Amino acid sequence: MEFNSSLIGQMITFAILIWFTMKFVWPPLTKMMDERAKRIADGLAAADRAKQDLENAEKKSADKLREAKQQAAEIIAQAEKRAAQLVDEAKSHAKVEGERLIAGAQGEIEQQIQHAKETLRQQVASLAVAGAEKILQREVDAAKHAEMLSSIKAEL
Amino acid sequence: MAQDATSYIQHHLTFAKSASGIHLDTFWVALILGLLFVGVFAYVANKATAGVPGRLQNFVELIVEMVDNQIKDAFHAKSKVIGPLSLTIFCWVFLMNSMDFLPVDLLPMAAQWIGYTFFGADPHHVYLRVVPTADVNQTFAMSLTVMLLIIGFSISAKGLFGWIKELFTAPFHADGLVMTIILMPVNFAFQLIELAAKPISLALRLFGNMYAGELIFILIALLPWWINWVLGAPWAIFHILVVTLQAFVFMMLTIVYLSLAVEDH
Repeated sequence: MEFNSSLIGQMITFAILIWFTMKFVWPPLTKMMDERAKRIADGLAAADRAKQDLENAEKKSADKLREAKQQAAEIIAQAEKRAAQLVDEAKSHAKVEGERLIAGAQGEIEQQIQHAKETLRQQVASLAVAGAEKILQREVDAAKHAEMLSSIKAEL
Repeated sequence: MAQDATSYIQHHLTFAKSASGIHLDTFWVALILGLLFVGVFAYVANKATAGVPGRLQNFVELIVEMVDNQIKDAFHAKSKVIGPLSLTIFCWVFLMNSMDFLPVDLLPMAAQWIGYTFFGADPHHVYLRVVPTADVNQTFAMSLTVMLLIIGFSISAKGLFGWIKELFTAPFHADGLVMTIILMPVNFAFQLIELAAKPISLALRLFGNMYAGELIFILIALLPWWINWVLGAPWAIFHILVVTLQAFVFMMLTIVYLSLAVEDH
């Protein structure tokens, strides 16, 4: 058992080998590994981003759909309201028209009644005159008794 | 130097043997390194996240990815065995080869000191060889396992009968029955040589490289200590290449052999 100088020499050699490895072997190796890690990280980040994008797009499309539905509902509601309005308008229009027609008809009826009354009055007056003529057995002077006749007429 | 060069070299090239002749140093170093590999990878695999990996996970992923790419390039059949097998071969061989980087006297001297201090052993008879792949037993153990896997893959891909048939009818095909029978022994001889050559070349290539490397480290250690680094440092730096390359070659050839095994000739 002895330690000899050869061991020191070998340790120097070993130290040089370690230095060489540190200087020329390790750096490219670690660089390669770092690049690999970066590539993986980038890939994962890209995947995450794509996922996020997809989510956003889905959310956006859902929003759009909801908005469109809402708009459609609004349009339908408006149309319904407009239709109801139109129906109401038509109804009131018809009512007015009907009332007008009724009023016209009533006016006419009134007129006819008046006319009939007038006619009746005149006929009654002439009948009365004829009656009176017969009763008095003499001719009534129409001109002379016009005043009296018209007063009778008015009383009828 | 207290010892002469020959005994120094011989001491370094002697295995620590058990009573039955098992190379205890090869066994234990290989086992410890294997456990180290399995432990680290299992730890990382258990803690692995699907997100951005940490340093260690990144490193492990890098190796797994490299092995996986090689398999995808060379092996086109489906197999659950080939991936873990290739990964294990690469990492284990790499770790065992890497024992070459440690100063050649460091662990043997530590072993001598421990043996002497705690067990009262004669330091001249405490042996330790730290590079398991510089032991033919280790390299052949792996390459023969690979050979068994080659046979297993062949049988599972072609069926037992198909494999036996191929042993006698490839690589030389004949049309007539007579010619087929004549070519049978030739084909069989070729197939046996091919089958044997694969594990032998695998094992000897790795062993030769690592043994030569270790031997040169030992020879360099014989130089005066102040000049040691002049040869030692370049050789160690060169060995970074050798260690990685041999691990890669062993893995790659295993993949290629197995892919040949499942393909039809």
